[in-house]
Amino acid sequence: MSATPAAQTSRAPGAAFIFKKSLISALVALVLFSLMIGVRTEAGSDGQLTYWTRFGDLAAIVAAVFGGSIIIELLRQWWGPVETVRVVPAPVQSALSLAGRFVAPVLLVFTFLVPVLFYDERYILDLGILVLTYVMLGWGLNVVVGLAGLLDLGYVAFYAVGAYSYALLATNFGLSFWVCLPLAGILAAFWGVLLGFPVLRLRGDYLAIVTLAFGEIIRLVIINWQSLTGGPNGVTGIPRPTLFGIPLTPGDDGLAAMLGIEFSPTHRIVFLFYLILALALLTNWVTIRLRRLPIGRAWEALREDEVACRALGINTTTTKLTAFATGAMFGGFAGAFFATRQGFISPESFTFHESALVLAIVVLGGMGSQLGVALAALTMIGGFELFRGLDQYRMLVFGMAMVLLMIWRPRGLIGHRAPTVFLQRQQAISSDLVKEGHG
Amino acid sequence: MSGAPILSVEHLSMRFGGIVAVNDLSFDAERRKITALIGPNGAGKTTVFNCITGFYKPTSGAIRLTQDDGHVTRLERLNDFRIAKLARVARTFQNIRLFPGMTALENLMVAQHNALMRASGLTFLGLIGAPSWRSAERAAIDLARTWLDRIGLLDRADDAAGNLPYGDQRRLEIARAMCTQPALLCLDEPAAGLNARESAALSELLLSIRADQGTSILLIEHDMSVVMEISDHVVVMDHGVKIAEGTPKQIRDDPKVIAAYLGADEEEAIAVMESGT
Repeated sequence: MSATPAAQTSRAPGAAFIFKKSLISALVALVLFSLMIGVRTEAGSDGQLTYWTRFGDLAAIVAAVFGGSIIIELLRQWWGPVETVRVVPAPVQSALSLAGRFVAPVLLVFTFLVPVLFYDERYILDLGILVLTYVMLGWGLNVVVGLAGLLDLGYVAFYAVGAYSYALLATNFGLSFWVCLPLAGILAAFWGVLLGFPVLRLRGDYLAIVTLAFGEIIRLVIINWQSLTGGPNGVTGIPRPTLFGIPLTPGDDGLAAMLGIEFSPTHRIVFLFYLILALALLTNWVTIRLRRLPIGRAWEALREDEVACRALGINTTTTKLTAFATGAMFGGFAGAFFATRQGFISPESFTFHESALVLAIVVLGGMGSQLGVALAALTMIGGFELFRGLDQYRMLVFGMAMVLLMIWRPRGLIGHRAPTVFLQRQQAISSDLVKEGHG
Repeated sequence: MSGAPILSVEHLSMRFGGIVAVNDLSFDAERRKITALIGPNGAGKTTVFNCITGFYKPTSGAIRLTQDDGHVTRLERLNDFRIAKLARVARTFQNIRLFPGMTALENLMVAQHNALMRASGLTFLGLIGAPSWRSAERAAIDLARTWLDRIGLLDRADDAAGNLPYGDQRRLEIARAMCTQPALLCLDEPAAGLNARESAALSELLLSIRADQGTSILLIEHDMSVVMEISDHVVVMDHGVKIAEGTPKQIRDDPKVIAAYLGADEEEAIAVMESGT
């Protein structure tokens, strides 16, 4: 990085450097926007081309780019990426671990209390369910990308497999949610292994492209296999989940009637909230356990150095496949939940956009960090909703926030790695040492 | 116990397209002995190592590994991880290949993967925290602790491997290979980049491994002080063929060896001759 010896040394030469860099940015903006913004073309009343110039707007944009890049460079110098130092300094580290020790429990307790605190606010509950779904997807993908270091751009495929597994099994055979949930997970894991086999030899960019294609293939098959999946019309009338057989309906056999309380549609929302919370916590618990087992250490070792793994007698094939299968299984669970929550699914819900969003959550959170992924999901999904009032500028503001965050913390919100076993003391490992994986 | 040599390489050849890296090489490595493979740069030593440890498939020839119980494994028929897992051949690399983002202790735990995998019931017993798994994990940590103590890194067990000094990383890589409980330990230039004191400590470590664990060692090395001090048997290669073999003393006086080093690099020849005095 160009601005390494941040605050102490390089402030004097920084001024000229910043000015030069901003000038270049402004020039690029000028070239780029001279036609896009500087000249406005439209079809006239008789179909002829009419155009007029908007040099004022162009100047404003170029000035904004110039000023913006000065601000970004200054931020980069003063604020700096926090982890340019090789070892996390002791005070920062202890502060982080202290904060880390409190953030997670506080967040967990708060999440448990959300349905109590916001019982009357349907919007918040729905948003909470959405955030938790992405937390779960993020934790699932974290196994593949964060731990095993395999870049998977087609994660949505397993989400789709899980959703359609539940939808089709439930509507065609009348199986209950609790029977279908493990089945959806198993089927997704099966597809994970199926994807894993052909991509075992691929690394890095090549792996990313093939997984991307896999995600698209699943979506296209769903669209075109009309007789089974209903094609673009999707599957409707997916049964709602029951509390182990007790439906959450206003009828006499419903939960409300059994408990002798007045029925409210919010009951089901609260139930769904706790359901996805339980599923997400299951994902988290299993991942934390797996990290401390030989398989989890093998995943991380695979991310660090595949050749060394083979020299130690680790079967890299099965190690990669189990990573794909585990990640896919959690994706399948999340998919089944999605189907039962929506009651209707169609291929439109499983586009590449979803894969990219989940991957962004994992990368933003800090690859491999469970808490980081949860915070990133909250930021990405919750933050996106927060900016809803800004209408069409929402994407712009959101994108800018992401850029700033990545300048400040290039390795994600929680960039350091926690060791899985220790003799005397557990100390975080700086992200500079941890590899990102290469395939 | 079998009296046969632990490793016998027979008529090994390795071609890359038109280039013959190893040509009809045969040698034996004795059980519980330290065998050194030396030769000028580009002689094909690392290629031989890669054939033995399964990273290359030899063009022709046989590599036989005889375990203590007399069971013979044909290494050229196994591929990559199976050599380490089934034949118990461990190796280190010329350029250190630790897991830099994992702690020293974790590095040694990863090395015990196959044993721990069995103990954890292919993960399922471990997931529910079965007592048998817990005791196996404790035993694995104890083994790692023993090795960390032997290489003098016990107090840095919880530091990232990538943060350790170079010499420590070299020793940690050897300890990691030993944690797989190998029958044959292959070391690719273990003394490269070490200072005289560290080299001496390395020699001591290798001798103690041979004495205490009874592990047979095959090493490639340029540092002649190490080779001459610890080797029981030396094999000299040049341009893919064996030009001499024998005890360190025989090799030191062999005119063919001196010529090979002179022809390749004067400094190395002087190093060979000087290390004899």
